[in-house]
Amino acid sequence: MNAQVNAPAPAAPLRKAIECGVPDNKPHLHPTLLKNYGNWKYHDRPRPGVLHHVSHTGDEIWTVRAGTQRQMDLYTIRTLCDIADKFAEGFVRFTIRSNIEFMVADQKKVDPMIAELEKNGFPVGGTGNSVSMVSHTQGWLHCDIPGTDASGVVKSMMDELYNEFKNEEMPNRVHMSTSCCEINCGGQADIAIIIQHTKPPKINHDLVANVCERPTVVARCPVAAIRPALVNGKPSLEVDEKKCICCGACYPPCPPMQINDPEHSKLAIWVGGKNSNARGKPTFMKMVASGLPNNAPRWPEVNAAVGNILRTYKADARPWERLSDWVERIGWPRFFEKTGLPFTKYLIDDWRGSRANLNASTHIRF
Amino acid sequence: MAKPMHPTPNLDQLESGPWPSFVTGLKRLAKDKDYVVDILGHLEHSYQTRKGYWKGGTVGVRGYGGGIIPRFTEIKDENGNPVFKDAAEFHTLRVMPPPGMHYNTATLRQFCDIWEKHGSGLIAFHGQSGDIMFQGATTENVQKAFDEINDMGFDLGGAGPAVRTSMSCVGASRCEQSCYDEAKAHREVLNTFLDDIHRPALPYKFKFKFSGCPNDCMNSIQRSDMAVIGTWRDNIRTDEALAKKWFAKHGMNELVNDVVARCPTKAIQIKEIKDVRKDSHFSSVAVNDAQALEIDNKDCVRCMHCINVMTGALATGVDKGATILVGGKRTLKIGDLMGTVVVPFMPLKTDEDFEKLVELGQKTIDFFAENALEHERTGEMIERIGLVNFLEGIEVDIDANMVSTPRMNPYVNTAGWDEEVAKINAKKAAA
Repeated sequence: MNAQVNAPAPAAPLRKAIECGVPDNKPHLHPTLLKNYGNWKYHDRPRPGVLHHVSHTGDEIWTVRAGTQRQMDLYTIRTLCDIADKFAEGFVRFTIRSNIEFMVADQKKVDPMIAELEKNGFPVGGTGNSVSMVSHTQGWLHCDIPGTDASGVVKSMMDELYNEFKNEEMPNRVHMSTSCCEINCGGQADIAIIIQHTKPPKINHDLVANVCERPTVVARCPVAAIRPALVNGKPSLEVDEKKCICCGACYPPCPPMQINDPEHSKLAIWVGGKNSNARGKPTFMKMVASGLPNNAPRWPEVNAAVGNILRTYKADARPWERLSDWVERIGWPRFFEKTGLPFTKYLIDDWRGSRANLNASTHIRF
Repeated sequence: MAKPMHPTPNLDQLESGPWPSFVTGLKRLAKDKDYVVDILGHLEHSYQTRKGYWKGGTVGVRGYGGGIIPRFTEIKDENGNPVFKDAAEFHTLRVMPPPGMHYNTATLRQFCDIWEKHGSGLIAFHGQSGDIMFQGATTENVQKAFDEINDMGFDLGGAGPAVRTSMSCVGASRCEQSCYDEAKAHREVLNTFLDDIHRPALPYKFKFKFSGCPNDCMNSIQRSDMAVIGTWRDNIRTDEALAKKWFAKHGMNELVNDVVARCPTKAIQIKEIKDVRKDSHFSSVAVNDAQALEIDNKDCVRCMHCINVMTGALATGVDKGATILVGGKRTLKIGDLMGTVVVPFMPLKTDEDFEKLVELGQKTIDFFAENALEHERTGEMIERIGLVNFLEGIEVDIDANMVSTPRMNPYVNTAGWDEEVAKINAKKAAA
């Protein structure tokens, strides 16, 4: 007998991944951008939300920027594609803050496109000295270690800051971020909202031995507060709660060390981060408030605190001063005085290198 | 039609207000997908209890060790069964974007069709490392979705201890301040490390970011292990017509207060036109019939401020390239670290220039792979071993541009001083 005749048909060979890497951007560029690649001369902003770039050849391109919710459903993406196909030759790009940009070579299309975007609920703005979209993380929707949500906090804040997004009335641009744990995936920003835990992890000793690689967890602690221990006869870990700084670094490698707490995981506000080299060197942000409640679904206390800082900055800073430039001029004592935020002992740095953050001078503003 | 919705009193409150609502988007998807009905229920449960309920695991595509972020529900009933059974698995595919995050709509529409078929229908543009995040697929559908996305010419990004997905700014495609071809650098560097992206085997993550000028729109100095930031060596260019136009609109007060006074190194002065210095390292431009701006380019630190204010009237030079900074990262574990200079200027014009950039990346990653401790980022490694040891490892000569000040303590053995001076002198003589 011919064995092969009765053998089952061979399964189709499994598809192998094509390791194609980062794709070329050329097929995705608007024709005017492609034609003038590397040859732009200057730009201006005819109105908030619109950039106008002029190339050395005299070609011009108008860019209309609109805010999005970042986590977009199919209908939203297809609507944005319809608008791009109707007005912008079928090309778009996204900014680092999840704004979408449409490019048009014909100035006459700018106003109708803005009208179409606004009609579909996409605010036009986010350029120049506006408050741009909050760059943010995943939160409860998808993250495995989140202390809070991200999209919800951002939606609540951007509802409040809607007019600041659509207008350019700030002294300089304002970049904001939110982060659902102290890892701070949202990143440095002029104003950042970040979870700040206030209680040591709650350990489920039944699970530690099976779930966690204990030496790794011990090594992960920045203050050496975790040590191996036998609890109820089982190998586990214990935390020296006097040493613990509640950073949550042990939680990702060891989920039974639950750091998130509905009541005691608070929100802190940080200000003055700047990545641009413009004027002063880049700066890291500083903590200026903490202890705000994680008050879903609208986080009103966070919104009020951020609004207060923004209003104070808007009223007091000079043109082109980023938040960090403003504080450098007026000094931290006056920042706390003008914002009314309490300067507590927790805001005096005691981490390594912290003496560099003390005032080693008689420079004091009275 | 999908199954009935769970009550979502908390999420419902995120549908009011003028900003686009992700909840409204999810509800639109939930009309057709039981999957999203349960995602909404899952998220509402988090809002009610103020905790997250996803745990990781191992889900991947054939041949790759990373790029998928697995999520399994932890909301279980007393028998250990998922309460939101249609959303028991909610994995994300991280997909690398084109440089500058440009898209034609045909590509976006095809993404939508694939994700409608295999996923939740929720896509984030973009994650914090720059990935297109296809959020929400079952274990079974991850491979199917990847196969179709991969056939379009898109590839998975990094996750875990790997070279991560990168980002580059809009750059040369639409910005006059671009100092090199960011897209070319982005692709040439990243596509050298595909093995290190797809098969996580480094001590910890390694991120590259590419910004075309010192405005650093990609935030590379604070959040990448290797930041490639465009800059130039020659003089600031000027355009008299645009300078006069700017001055006519803004006047002397703004010129003084917003431009001259904000120069961090006092490199700009206002002069009578007749007094303007003409030496080769000065730039100047008349703003009216009597007065001009004069810039001493030897003192300029390329901060971008005056160019940002007077765009076109002042512009970057033409001898362009990049400054390379290494070791940026956020807090955990030792505290925030800014990237610091390892190459003050690297020309980036010819193919050979770009090869040198790739080579520097390779040497840095090789050294990192060999010498970093587990879960230690490049900046932390440099902090532990010292910059000089790192530079020797990647075969880069020291340069006074790498420090903000020389040493401030005597705790070093300088027995080799004369030898070092001799080496420096020999190098000078040979140059």
